[in-house]
Amino acid sequence: MSQDTTAPGADGGSGSPEVTGPDGPSRSTAAGPTGAGAGGVVGRLAEVNIAGPHGAPPPSDPVRQTVAGIPRTPGGGPSPEPFRRRFQRIWPNAVALITAAIFIFPVYWMIASSLKQRGDILTRDPVFVFVPTLDNYSTAMGADLFWTYVRNSFVVTVCAVLLALLVALAAGFAIARMEFKGRRGMILVIMMAQMAPWEVLIIVMYLNARDLEMLNSLLALTIIYFVMALPFTLWTLRGFIAAVPKELEEAALIDGCSRTRAFFSVIFPLLAPGLMATSIFGFIMAWNEFAMVLVLNKAPEAKTLPVWLSSFQTAFGNDWGATMAASTLVTIPVLVLFLILQRRVTGGMAAGAVKG
Amino acid sequence: MTPPARAAEPAAPAAATGRRLPTGWLPYLLIAPAVLSLGLVLGWALLRNVLISFQEFGRRQLISRTTEWAGFDNYVEVLNNPRFWDTLVRTFVFMAVNVVLIMVLGTLIGLLLNRLGGKMRLTLSIALVMAWAMPIIPSTVLFSWIFHTQYGLMNWFMGVLGFTGFDQHNWFGTGTSTLAIATLLIVWMSIPFVALNLYAGLTTIGGEIYEAARMDGASAWRIFRSIILPIMKPFFLITTFLEIIWVFKAFAQVYALNGGGPSRASETLPVMAYIEGMGQQQFGAAAAISVLTLLILLGAMSYYFHLILKQEKEQQP
Repeated sequence: MSQDTTAPGADGGSGSPEVTGPDGPSRSTAAGPTGAGAGGVVGRLAEVNIAGPHGAPPPSDPVRQTVAGIPRTPGGGPSPEPFRRRFQRIWPNAVALITAAIFIFPVYWMIASSLKQRGDILTRDPVFVFVPTLDNYSTAMGADLFWTYVRNSFVVTVCAVLLALLVALAAGFAIARMEFKGRRGMILVIMMAQMAPWEVLIIVMYLNARDLEMLNSLLALTIIYFVMALPFTLWTLRGFIAAVPKELEEAALIDGCSRTRAFFSVIFPLLAPGLMATSIFGFIMAWNEFAMVLVLNKAPEAKTLPVWLSSFQTAFGNDWGATMAASTLVTIPVLVLFLILQRRVTGGMAAGAVKG
Repeated sequence: MTPPARAAEPAAPAAATGRRLPTGWLPYLLIAPAVLSLGLVLGWALLRNVLISFQEFGRRQLISRTTEWAGFDNYVEVLNNPRFWDTLVRTFVFMAVNVVLIMVLGTLIGLLLNRLGGKMRLTLSIALVMAWAMPIIPSTVLFSWIFHTQYGLMNWFMGVLGFTGFDQHNWFGTGTSTLAIATLLIVWMSIPFVALNLYAGLTTIGGEIYEAARMDGASAWRIFRSIILPIMKPFFLITTFLEIIWVFKAFAQVYALNGGGPSRASETLPVMAYIEGMGQQQFGAAAAISVLTLLILLGAMSYYFHLILKQEKEQQP
């Protein structure tokens, strides 16, 4: 693979002046002093090293390469950059800035609206500079049953996640470490269940809950959310358990640990990132869930935050400041968890623990 | 519990896969809670959904709790209902527009991320993660605020752009317009997943290969078509099918935006099943609609699993 990719590069070193690619010109000048042919490759490697410390894979980054290449121009004196080159360096940044603004704007608008006074919100021309107030938040928090909804959402979400972790740990261990009949079938079922279209099953869920006299109950919601989160949790934890070297566990067994003890003192600590990722995933899923509550829990005191928020017009009428404050409040826990998830899970703590 | 000697048993296949061998009841005991809960909640729901679709099940049967079998009556009724066909076509068009927009824009932004310098990349990533993290219902509420008839930002913005006639424009006045806003919402929420995952995949492609291509005078489009597309083909296929499944079954975004209205003109199949069932108390017909929806989804899903299994086979030597 690497052979294939370097070979045309070495040839290109001598023929590069004709290249019209975005960083072609800078490359040819960089290769100049060290000579043609193989020297071109050396020059390019040096560039890679210059760009390296900044992080990300440098060769895939034409912008930085061009920058790194400029000081190496022979014959002294930075020649005036042609317009085309400057444009090619600037446009990705300009497009990125506009894109970032588009993606973040709705979130900004939600938070900004939640901090405005009534007079600054209900205007035909939007107000961008305003005196912030927290009144909307106290209106939202003072709404009928607000704290009941907060409690319902938290109780259902946390219970479902804990249940899913417990059940998934047991089953994940069996699938990752034991050989039994039906293991392959089980793996297939889990994969399919991950894609289960729950939204399409809401009617039958309503009828089931009604037959069991579990309408307007938090228990029914907890059970459903637990089963919704289970396949992903199981699948992910299975992977984490399988990644723990068997030798670690065996060493514990030889030292006289029981299997249970070996599991909790050797495998369990190494599962921390997996437990965190799956519980955050489960939390976000259950916290956001809308269709089931809408159908199963019609009684006001049995609803959760999303369904309450979706009926904001009955809650707040035309009070968009309070509506946006409520939206922000519902968003905050998810946002915080999301940021933790992004950081932690990609870090790959398990890899470090196993290799170290 | 298991004596270590057991691992030394001449069980060649197990040793090769590196697994311990405590056969017997223990593994079954460990998987029992998972199997039972999946079976009782999900399995039973899927089965009963099919059963109800063959039953006469309305308000009367709901109260009397009797079972009246109806054969294919519900299916005949649903398939003869022009509303079902309208909704089916609408759902497919809605899904196609969404998936194309998500994949094209997501890919462009993923490629852009790959070109950016560190600071700019971080900025764009944060913006994407923020949009990705937004919960569905707060987002729909937020979009109905941005597109509010009287005080909405969008009507003002259209005026700024020079379009006339957007003063007090009601964006939720027609089904198409409502679904256009749902599209905007879903595309906004879904692009980050595609863009960030594509970027993560692109970082695994060595930079030399682009360089080599550029040396040979390849254009950006050519590099995408001849290098990135073939290497990332599994990613594009799998993500496209994931998005097809996700958009097709999207319920909360469409329902919470306008309740399927005005006058049921923005209903997609999952919303129609909900309204037939909970609104009209036609549980048999609703079950038939959801069975048909499930069958369509099953088609997309089986291809998705085919892709996943193929990829796994390729990864294993």
